[in-house]
Amino acid sequence: MSPASAGGIAAIERHPLPIALRGERRRLGDSVFGAAVALTGGVVLLVLAAMVVFLVLQGLPAMRHYGFFSSITSQRWAPSEASATLSTPNPYGIVQFIYGTVLTSLIGMVIAVPLAVGAALVITDVAPRRLRRPLSSLVDLLAAVPSVVYGFWGLFALIPAIRPVVDFITSTLGTVPVIGVPFGGPFFGVSYFTAGLVLAIMILPIIAAVCREVFRSTPRNEKEAAVALGATRWEMIRIAVLPRARSGIVGASLIGLGRAVGETIAVTMVIGNAVLHINPSIFDQGATMSSVIANEFTEATEPFHLESLFVVGFWLLIVALVVNMLARVVVRRGVSL
Amino acid sequence: MTALLLVAVALALGALAWVLVYVGIRGFSVISPSFLTHNPPGNPAAPGGGFFNGIAGSLIVVGIATGIAVPLGVGAAIYVVEYGRGRLRGAIRFFNDVLIGIPTIVTGAFVYAVWVTRFGFSGFAGSIALAVVMLPLVARTTEEMLRLVPTELREGSLALGATRSQTVLRICLPTALPGIITGGMLAVARAMGETAPLLLTVLGNDLFTQLNPLHRMETLSLQIFSNAVTGYEQAQARGWAGALTLIAIVLILTAVARFFGRRVQVENV
Repeated sequence: MSPASAGGIAAIERHPLPIALRGERRRLGDSVFGAAVALTGGVVLLVLAAMVVFLVLQGLPAMRHYGFFSSITSQRWAPSEASATLSTPNPYGIVQFIYGTVLTSLIGMVIAVPLAVGAALVITDVAPRRLRRPLSSLVDLLAAVPSVVYGFWGLFALIPAIRPVVDFITSTLGTVPVIGVPFGGPFFGVSYFTAGLVLAIMILPIIAAVCREVFRSTPRNEKEAAVALGATRWEMIRIAVLPRARSGIVGASLIGLGRAVGETIAVTMVIGNAVLHINPSIFDQGATMSSVIANEFTEATEPFHLESLFVVGFWLLIVALVVNMLARVVVRRGVSL
Repeated sequence: MTALLLVAVALALGALAWVLVYVGIRGFSVISPSFLTHNPPGNPAAPGGGFFNGIAGSLIVVGIATGIAVPLGVGAAIYVVEYGRGRLRGAIRFFNDVLIGIPTIVTGAFVYAVWVTRFGFSGFAGSIALAVVMLPLVARTTEEMLRLVPTELREGSLALGATRSQTVLRICLPTALPGIITGGMLAVARAMGETAPLLLTVLGNDLFTQLNPLHRMETLSLQIFSNAVTGYEQAQARGWAGALTLIAIVLILTAVARFFGRRVQVENV
């Protein structure tokens, strides 16, 4: 962003021109218009604030009844027991959902970040100039495919395709004591791992798009200097592009993480929705914070069930807010440097 | 090492091709003109029928959402670029970016708390939820497009005696219009595919056509979801045809938006 294009009229007013706009010229309509756009700007802040307030209000009865932090210290989600034991312990523990969200996002990130960085580097520095635009449009298309389509595809195309590989892993590595536990079988198809794999495909284009902008901001003369000193293309990338892109890549990954944490429908379709407790194997079924809301919301009839789903929503919102705010701070710093 | 980078691109494009081709093959074997003009049969196990109610519902729900989100988003962008100063302007820009990343299921739960608890499930509740999803996207692209309008144009307009609002409405917005349309269409494409927030607001209505947005409706995305997870082979077949329809709508919107977008960049560089 060049300083000349940023700021608009506000910038002009800060640096008065010879013929500046003065109060007498301002008409009523003008100030009404200014107030109107200021109001619409305020809507953005209002919506975010209202989200936090309304989720807290809806979840409050359950939080009051069972204790504010009791849901995030327990991993037992048993709505049917809620009426029998109305007091404590809290039958709406959500640790297993937090675990599911963290694990699936982690699997997605481990796969997607290196691929996205690689793809972005090809688009900015490796591919022939003529191919760069089409390539970048195609990678962007991955982000255009709707979530529900990814879930459907994951269920019917991806699961059969990975089944032989996963069965091999569970029957070899999975049978080793202790270290084999996270890779144990049986594999039902729907699992944490499947959800993570689908998430990887969904967040890859988002991370790649931000990385592309970051890599593009590398000064041309530094790249040319590296090449002039005899660097190969990869050495040029390593010396000139990657070092100053580090915080940009971190920010891009955080934006992808934010998306992975909140992704709902595709995950709901391929994770199995096993809500009772944490399953130790990544090839076993589970649930995430978003999937349990999507799956149980319209059927929540037990006491404090719906309220507890709002508690899950509240914590999901907090996680998303923290991740996204961090991401924006890091990205902004990374791009402007 | 560069070979490894090429593998990364190949994997990404391979995944894209796999998804598109798979949905294409499953969808084309089912889709027909009558799929677009009929509702699903009463018995989900029966063959035939279509997603007319869902397609019509999606158009209505997304249409209303667009009507809400575009004026608000454009207004917010005008404020940020042309009027805002200091902390408030910075806060709106920052939290607009944050709002883009908020999980849409949370948006759905929010609209449920604000609207559905009072007025019940309805197509309009879904429109509100989608408007919350679209608003920050529209604001962001409009902001970027307004920034590309040369400052000289504004100076010229003001020097000729135009007021600020006249300058914005007659100079800045028309100049940025192609880019704003692009951003709007990409937001519409995103909203067409959203499912999670609609689950908590529109609820779905698989059996008959409901065009009144004050009632429970069906949308294409919800219909794909419910048919995909039924377990009836014929319902899943309709789901694939629906997925193909949805992808076609989204890709056409994206392609047309990119066409506008290309013109914007040509004009401005």
